[in-house]
Amino acid sequence: MTIFQKKLRIGLAIMALLTPLGIYLPNRFNAGDAWGEWGTDKIQELLGYVPEGLKKLSDFWKAPVPDYNFSGENAAFSTQVISYIISGMIGIVAAVLLIYLITKFLVKHEK
Amino acid sequence: MHIPDGYLSPQTFVPLYGVSFVFWAIALKKIKHELSAKYIPYLAMAAAFSFLIMMFNIPIPGGTTGHAVGAGIIAILLGPWAAVLAVSVVLIIQAIVFGDGGITAIGANCFNMAVVMPFVSYWVFKLVKGDAKGGARFYAAAFLAGWFGLSVAAVVAGFEFGIQPMIASRPDGRPLYAPYPLSVAVPVMALEHMLVFGIVEGLVTALILKYFVKHESESVYAMKEA
Repeated sequence: MTIFQKKLRIGLAIMALLTPLGIYLPNRFNAGDAWGEWGTDKIQELLGYVPEGLKKLSDFWKAPVPDYNFSGENAAFSTQVISYIISGMIGIVAAVLLIYLITKFLVKHEK
Repeated sequence: MHIPDGYLSPQTFVPLYGVSFVFWAIALKKIKHELSAKYIPYLAMAAAFSFLIMMFNIPIPGGTTGHAVGAGIIAILLGPWAAVLAVSVVLIIQAIVFGDGGITAIGANCFNMAVVMPFVSYWVFKLVKGDAKGGARFYAAAFLAGWFGLSVAAVVAGFEFGIQPMIASRPDGRPLYAPYPLSVAVPVMALEHMLVFGIVEGLVTALILKYFVKHESESVYAMKEA
């Protein structure tokens, strides 16, 4: 690993530790979901009904860690912060692993 | 900009899966062709970076949130096809593990953020920078690359949302999927990304490029090709 790559890795580690800003700031400034990413409860509130197709498809998949939060929506903020950091680390590991697997597969088929 | 399950009708998400598949296939072929061992750690770090930057939700006070994607800077540093792969991998993990973006919408989300965005960013960067290898014009090109890439991706996502009431409604006119028409979805998605999140994306793009040029300018993809 070159010194430059080491620096980049340190940068990524610092980013991972700072990710809770991504839940703290929206909380602090009272900002809700991203536009068009509401859950069915919120849609009910916005429209007065939930479109049928949307309702049917919306629980197509149960994610193991919904919203980067292990402990549910009502968990203490400090718990959510820890969840968020761990989620970021899971994301890094999964992304790096997948890239290595894909590139390994590509190289193998080259020969 | 992670479209959840249920917002897009099958008439929309199935074809977009098809389009993304084509780009994934080409990206794998291109990367296989250009793959050198030196390049793999950068590709892995690019994916990790994109995952992390999307976790930094930026609030519009009292309103919604959004975030940068990182596809523009990845396209400039490693090439647009590498960005297609790195950002797609991230979006697929986000959908499957964290429920961020729908499973049915993986094709659409990858098309918007991992295809449209890196190519727009890359072209804008090449076009604006001209022959510059540093200086104001070069970094303005990087800023605009990030800004345009994210804004155009947002407009495309807004378009996908906005056509739903036209193509999938009940006989009485009530929409079956995303409920807002083009006249709402496109301006909202465009404006919030042009005025807020795109600025952040542009700054991130320019600052990271500056760091790479300072330390390892010979590895910057967009500076290698004539």
